Amino acid sequence: MPDRLRDTATIFFREITPELRSPVSMFFTMGQPLLFLVLFGSMLVGADANLGAGTGDVWQWFVPGILVMMCLMGPLSAGHSMLSELNGGQLERLLVTPISRTSIIFGRTGKDTVTLFVQAILITAVAVPLGMELHLPGALATMGLLIVMAVGLSALSYVLAIASRPSGNLFWIVTQMLIFPIMLLSGILLPIDAGPGWLGTIAAINPITYVVDAARALFTGNLLEATVLHGLLAATAIAVIGLTLSTRAMKRGI
Amino acid sequence: MWMFTVPFWMLTVQIMSAEQMIRAESLRRTFKAGRKTIEAVRDVSFDVAAGELVALLGPNGAGKSTTLRMLTTLLPPTAGSVHIAGFEAAREPRRVREAIGYVGQKNSSGENHRIRDELVTQGRCYGLRARDARRRADEVLESLGISGLAARTPGTLSGGQRRRVDIALGLVHSPRVLFLDEPSAGLDPRSRAGLWEQIQLLRREYGITILLTTHYLDEADQMAERIVIVDRGEVIANGTADALKADLAGDWMRVTTSDAGAARAAAGLAGRMTGISEIAIDGSTVHARIAAADAALPGYLRLLDQDSITVTRAGVRRPSLDDVFINLTGRRLEESGDAHETTADQPIGATHA
Repeated sequence: MPDRLRDTATIFFREITPELRSPVSMFFTMGQPLLFLVLFGSMLVGADANLGAGTGDVWQWFVPGILVMMCLMGPLSAGHSMLSELNGGQLERLLVTPISRTSIIFGRTGKDTVTLFVQAILITAVAVPLGMELHLPGALATMGLLIVMAVGLSALSYVLAIASRPSGNLFWIVTQMLIFPIMLLSGILLPIDAGPGWLGTIAAINPITYVVDAARALFTGNLLEATVLHGLLAATAIAVIGLTLSTRAMKRGI
Repeated sequence: MWMFTVPFWMLTVQIMSAEQMIRAESLRRTFKAGRKTIEAVRDVSFDVAAGELVALLGPNGAGKSTTLRMLTTLLPPTAGSVHIAGFEAAREPRRVREAIGYVGQKNSSGENHRIRDELVTQGRCYGLRARDARRRADEVLESLGISGLAARTPGTLSGGQRRRVDIALGLVHSPRVLFLDEPSAGLDPRSRAGLWEQIQLLRREYGITILLTTHYLDEADQMAERIVIVDRGEVIANGTADALKADLAGDWMRVTTSDAGAARAAAGLAGRMTGISEIAIDGSTVHARIAAADAALPGYLRLLDQDSITVTRAGVRRPSLDDVFINLTGRRLEESGDAHETTADQPIGATHA
C-alpha cells in the first residue's frame, strides 16, 4: 500500500506544517494540563496526600495522570478542527481528490499523536524542576503506552466529529458530558481508593482507569506489573475501536 | 435467444462517445430528514461535450449542488449513473477523481494553513511528486494573479481573493473537467468580472470542460454556451440561451392604446397576424408574443392604423432567461440577479386572449 502510505504522509504534513510554523499554538492546547500540573499538583504535594500503598514520590504519581489528561483533552481540539473543516469546504476539497479516504484519518491521528508526544515531554520537563524524580526508561515507556491510547482517542474524536455534522451539537454534548466524568473517575487528580465503594465500581468499568494505573506503574520504572498489562490492553482496545470506527465512517463517505 | 447474447456493455460503449466529457443519466438522490424522505434530485440527465462551458441554472434548492456533488463522486446517487471522461463514477471513482477539479461553494483552504502550503498539499493528493506539486502551486498562483498571497492564511484575504484561491486549488492538477459550484456567489461585480476573465482564459488556453452552477441569470446568459435549467430536482430545459429564449419565450410586442375597448380591438388584430403565439391584455395595453418582434412591430402598427386604433406607446421586449423560466414554471427565479425587473406589469401568461 505505498499509495496509502504516501497519502497518509501528505495529510500528516499538511496538519503538522502550521504547528511547525508557529509552535506557540501547541502551548495553548496544553494550557489546562499545565495549569493542573503546577497549581493542583503543588497543592497535592503540599497536602502530603495519602496516595495509597507502594507510591513514592507524589509527583511521580501525579504527572502520569496529567499526561493521560492531556491525551483526553488534545483530541478535543483535533475533533473540533475536523468539525470545522467538515462544515467548511476543506475536507470536501480533499475528498474530491483520489486520496485514500482512510489516510485522511490516519494522517490527522498521526499528527495528533506526535503533538501529544512533544507535549508529554514538555510536561515531564516542567515537572522535574518542581521536584519530580525522573525515571527515564519508565517515562518513555509511559509515553509509548499513552501513544497507543492517543491514537484511539484521536480517531474517536474524528468519528464523533463526523457523526455531529452539521450542527456540531453532538460533539459538544458528548465531550462536555463525558470528558470530566471520565477524568474524575479514572483517578487522574485524586486516588479512587479515597472515595466510597460505588465510585470504585464505576471507575473499574472506565478503561482510562487501567491506562492511568499502568502509566503510574511504568513511570516509576515498574515495567513488569500486571497493571501494566491491563493498561496496555485497555489502550489497545481504545485504539482498535477508534481506528475501526473511523475507517468505517470514512469509507461510508461523508 | 441469440439477440440477448450481446453483452450489455457493448451497447454502453456505443452510446458513450469519446466526445462526451460529462454524462449524467437519470440521476436521483433522496435524503432522509427525520421520517420524511426529501427528493433533492428527482431526474436529471444531460451531457456535456469536451471543451464546452455549460451552466446549471435554477433557483435555490433546485438540486444543482446535489447534482454537482454526485457528478464529482462526493455523493453516491440513489439511482442513475455518472460518466466522466469515459469512466463510470460508481465503478472507477479514482479515475473520475483524477480527471476532475471541483470548486465547492465553501472555502477550500484551511484557516491555519498558508495558501501555497494548501496548494502543494492538493497537488500531492493528486499524486504529484513534491517538486512538481510545488512547481504547479506557483504556476497556478501566477496564472490567477495571486502570487502575492502565497504566504498568507485565508483569514487575511478578501472574498474575491479567497474565491481565486479556491479555484487555484481546483486547478492545481490541470484537470480535464472543472466543476464550479456557484463560483461567483457573494462576490462584488468587479470580482465577478475578474473571475469570469479567469474562467474564459482557462478555456482558451487549456480547452477544459466546465460545468458550473449559478443562480445569476445574466451570468448564465452571457458566459455559458449551453444552459441546463433545473427546477425541483428535474431538468426542465436544455439548450443555448438563444434557443431557449426563441423556443420557450419569444419576443414581446407591447402596444398601449387609448382605452380598454381599443386594446381589445388591437388584440383581435394581433390575433390575425401570422407567428403570434400568445396575446395578453393588461388594461389599455396589449402584449403579443412573436419571433423577431422588432421586425413584426411596424406591420402591426400599420394594421392598427388602418383600423384607426390610436396607439400612444409601442415597444418590443427581448426575453430574458427569467422569461424562459417563468414560461416553464410559472414562477420567477428567486434572487435572479440585480438587473431584472421584479414588477408584475408584464404578461406572465395568466391572461391569454
